[in-house]
Amino acid sequence: MRTILHSDLNNFYASVECVYNPELRKVPLAVCGDPEARHGIVLAKNDLAKRMGVKTGEAIWQARQKCPNLQVAPPNFKRYMRFSKMMRQIYADYTGHIEPFGLDEAWLDVTGHAKSGEEIANELRRRAKEELGLTVSVGVSFNKIFAKLGSDMKKPDATTLITPENFRQKVWPLPVEELLFVGPATKRKLNSRNISTIGDLANCDPSALRSALGRNGEMIWNFARGNDCSPVMAVDEEALVKSVGNSTTTPRDLVNERDVHLVLLLLSESVAERLRVQNLRGSVITLYVRDCELHSLSCQRKISAPTALSRDIAAHAQALFRERYRWERPIRSLGVSVSALEMQGGNQQLCMFPDANRQRYELEDAVRDIRRRFGHGSIGRASLLADAGLNAINPRDDHVIHPVGWRG
Amino acid sequence: MARRAYVKVIARHDEQGKVRPLEVEWEDGRRFEVDKLLDVRRAAALKAGGQGMRYTVRILGKETYLFEDEGRWFVEAKE
Repeated sequence: MRTILHSDLNNFYASVECVYNPELRKVPLAVCGDPEARHGIVLAKNDLAKRMGVKTGEAIWQARQKCPNLQVAPPNFKRYMRFSKMMRQIYADYTGHIEPFGLDEAWLDVTGHAKSGEEIANELRRRAKEELGLTVSVGVSFNKIFAKLGSDMKKPDATTLITPENFRQKVWPLPVEELLFVGPATKRKLNSRNISTIGDLANCDPSALRSALGRNGEMIWNFARGNDCSPVMAVDEEALVKSVGNSTTTPRDLVNERDVHLVLLLLSESVAERLRVQNLRGSVITLYVRDCELHSLSCQRKISAPTALSRDIAAHAQALFRERYRWERPIRSLGVSVSALEMQGGNQQLCMFPDANRQRYELEDAVRDIRRRFGHGSIGRASLLADAGLNAINPRDDHVIHPVGWRG
Repeated sequence: MARRAYVKVIARHDEQGKVRPLEVEWEDGRRFEVDKLLDVRRAAALKAGGQGMRYTVRILGKETYLFEDEGRWFVEAKE
């Protein structure tokens, strides 16, 4: 039997802020994006704010309605990444099998360790508190799904054990949406079939589930019964990405194609840079548009040869935009991503004609090198000088951190 | 509540990357020699807030913590 831990840093962003300013522990606190740049939503909150009903993802004004004395702090992503990395170093003292899930969560496979899973969990909690000033909740179980459930059951600073002997008592009475992969849509479907707890799910007929939910139905049925054998993937922070993308909510609404062109260029540059840093190329370009009433549109296209060139990515994103966006309303945010990734330098289809792309890669690499040495603003496209306001976006350094999907 | 008081530090960095604080200069300009380094570990500064490498040192016969957070040094000072 395996021993899997899931460790969850409680209220991560807000807790890190409290480490640096202990006075904040006594007031309801929310870490929020910058309202001036129209990123004013709650990214994380402390327990006092949570008790007042403040929710992650809501606008600052909504949170203030529930909690008028809410303290708001700007996010400090570099610091969060540093803390996340330090926590990973602590994990690494126990196992090499660490699978991060976002900045604040990770699975650890500690099978075969001289110490028991519970002992390691308690040590992790003690060390997180002493060394980083943070609390973690740890779930200890024999598979990843139950370990994750366990870490959610008792917060903050707690160890929860879910064993083959006790999971029927501990897990089965929980509402079915607590299970990983049961989102609002699946919950609705299950509830309409009179499945409201994880136990109901475990004890229903799997063939009926399959016909209602497809392969996923069978998967979650197995999860509910403790039959999850997915391995803890030892990935380092940036490996195994499936797509590289950037999106931004612009400082002002975009009203014409020139604005959009500009922002897409910026985003494409940032995406291309991150692709190059990770030595990747991709052949599916996805465009994401959200208008000022928050309607969104997402579309993608496959291109003939994989690319990591900002000019290609931007050109395809712009073509997609022209084809698909009808300009019913001004635009609030834009995103560009590249997927179907492959390693650069692997097997590739060569062109019969002289390869103009090589020079283009060299050009873009040279620009990056200049930026690395002399700063981001030292060189750029002339067209981007047309609008200083929009040009102020720096998607690469501002980028928001999303959890990496953990299943194939 | 203590506060973080940032201080000047003279330290020796050896070939292995180990750091040993030798002398601390307080905010008011007074200088103190570090008599002995007792412990080094990563820790949160629970009294003043902050986090970093925590050096437990003896200065003038008294044990105190000296924190180094990304190149800046601080002590937990009484308010």
